[in-house]
Amino acid sequence: MKCDHCNNPAITHEVTIQGGKKIERHLCKECSKKHNIDPAPTNAVNQILSNIQAMQGLVVPGARKGAAEQARPLKCEACGMTFADFKQHALLGCPECYVQMESQLGPIIERAHEGATHHVGKIPRRALEASREGGGRRTVEAILGSARERAERVSMLRRQLEEAIRAEQYERAARIRDEMRSLGEAEAEENPA
Amino acid sequence: MSTDAPGRGPDGQGQVRQIDLHRSRVEWLRGEGRLSDVVLSSRVRLARNLAGFPFPNRASRSDRVCVLDLCRDRILNAGLAERMLWIDLHHAAPIDRSLLVERHLISKQHAKGKLGVASGGPEEPRGVAVAMPHEQLSIMVNEEDHLRIQVMRTGFDLADALREADEVDDKIERRLDYAFSPRFGYLTACPTNVGTGARFSVMLHLPALKMANEIDKVKRAAGDMALAIRGFYGEGSEAVGDFYQLSNQTTLGKAEHFLLHDMEHEIIPRVVEYERLARRQLVERRGDLVADQAYRALGVLRHARLMSSEEAMECLSRVRLGAVLGLMPGIDHQHVTHLMLVIQPAHLQRLAGREMNQAERRAGRADLLRRELASVT
Repeated sequence: MKCDHCNNPAITHEVTIQGGKKIERHLCKECSKKHNIDPAPTNAVNQILSNIQAMQGLVVPGARKGAAEQARPLKCEACGMTFADFKQHALLGCPECYVQMESQLGPIIERAHEGATHHVGKIPRRALEASREGGGRRTVEAILGSARERAERVSMLRRQLEEAIRAEQYERAARIRDEMRSLGEAEAEENPA
Repeated sequence: MSTDAPGRGPDGQGQVRQIDLHRSRVEWLRGEGRLSDVVLSSRVRLARNLAGFPFPNRASRSDRVCVLDLCRDRILNAGLAERMLWIDLHHAAPIDRSLLVERHLISKQHAKGKLGVASGGPEEPRGVAVAMPHEQLSIMVNEEDHLRIQVMRTGFDLADALREADEVDDKIERRLDYAFSPRFGYLTACPTNVGTGARFSVMLHLPALKMANEIDKVKRAAGDMALAIRGFYGEGSEAVGDFYQLSNQTTLGKAEHFLLHDMEHEIIPRVVEYERLARRQLVERRGDLVADQAYRALGVLRHARLMSSEEAMECLSRVRLGAVLGLMPGIDHQHVTHLMLVIQPAHLQRLAGREMNQAERRAGRADLLRRELASVT
C-alpha cells in the first residue's frame, strides 16, 4: 500500500472513528514523522490497541464503570503482568492472564479475530477422553465451557451452518453438524434425561 | 528410534558439533506436488503452551530450562519419527542457527533467542526437534510460545500437513498438559494466535502477477479475506525472487478443517488461477520477452563472478518461470529450486567448509552457480 502523501510504501496505518465515520490514513516513515505518528506499532495487536485508544472518547452503552474500578491497575495475580505491560508489548505473561484480564482482553481478541468471541475446533484429546470416562459435570465444564459458553458456540456454529448451506457447501455443512453434535453429546452426558 | 543431540555433549553442556544438514535436499523444497507450478510449499503450524508455566517472555530462566527439559524429553520419546534430531540452540554456533533458518526449520526470532520486545538473546534456553531424514516436521521449544509444531509439504498439500500436525499434537498432548480455555481455546502468548493456534501458509511463486503489476491487488484481496502476505522467510522478511507466503491471520472462531476447506477450495486455487492467467497472457502477448528475460537471467547465473543472494534469487526466479512455462527445455526446475537454498549464506559457507565474509560469499556464490549450471544449455 502506498503513502497517502507520496509514492513511498506506507508503514503506518491509522483508523480513526469520528462522528460514526471511519477515517483511514496510510503514511510512509517520513510522512508519519511529519504528522507526529509513532511508526512503532507494527503488529496487529498494537494496531488494534492504538485504534481502541483513539476510540476511548466514544460512549459504549452499558460500559459505564465505577470510578474505583477504573482506577485500579489491572494485574494478573499469577505472573504479575499488568494490562499496561500487555499494551506495550502485545504479549501476555501466562495462561492465567486470559482469566484475570478477560473483560479487557475480550474486545481486543474479538477485533483481532474479526468478531469471533469463542473457540471452535480442536480440544485437547486426552482431556476430552478423561471427561468421557466419567469425569462428570465439572470436567466437562472445565474443557468445553459452561452451559452458556457451549450455547454461544452452538449459535456460532448454527450461523456457519446456514452460511454453508446457502453456499451449497454440503461437505462443510456436514462437518459443522458433527461439531454441533459433539457439543450436544456433552450436554446429554451432563443432564441424563 | 535414535536421537541425536548435536548441541549437547554427554554432560549436557557445550561441545557443539556441526549440524550436518547442508548437503541433503529439502523434501518440501522439491518443487513437486499439486499446483507446484505456482505453489512451492505448504506449511501448518500449531502454537501450544504448557499449563502451569508462564509464557517464555515472562518465564524465569529456571522456568524456561524446566519447560525445555520437559518438552525435549516428551518430544523425543513420543515416537514422532524414525529419527529425531534435537538441537539446543543456546549451545549451537551462529552459523548452525542460520542454516536452520535457511531450511525454514526455525524462525529468525528463534535463531536470535528473542523473547519479547528487546528481551532475550543467543543464550536463552531454547531448542528445536527435527524429524529426519525428510525434515518435514520441526518443533520449536521456547519460541514465542512453549511449543510451535510445524509441518511442511512440497507443493499444495495443506490437508496432509494438517493431518500430520494433528497426530503429532495428539502424541505430545498425551504426555503434557496444554494451557486451554473453553472460551479462548489453546492459550498463546500473543492473543492473535489464540483459539486453534493454527497457522496455515503456502509459499507462492508469483512472477507473472509481479510483472503485470497486480501484486497490490492480491495484497488487498488477501487483506479482505483476513490473510497476511509475507516474504520468503516469514514475518518481517522481504518478498525476494517473487516468492510470497500467504497465511491466515485469525485463529479464533473457525475450526481447523473449515480453515483448511477455505484455503484448499476457495482462496489458494483462486490466487493460483490468477497467476496462471497472468502467465498465459504474458506468453501470448510477449512470449519472446519472457524467454529473453529467463535466458538473460540464466546467462548472468552462468557467467557472473560476483553475486549477491538477492540478485541470485531474482535470476533463479526468472529461470524457474521460464522452465515451468516450457520455454527452457534444458532446465530442470527442481534443480533451480534446490539452488535457491544452497546459495543462502550459511549453506554456502558450510558447503565451502569455511567461514566467508560478505565479499567472499559473493564470489563463492557466483562460483557455485557457474559450477552447478555449467552443463545446462
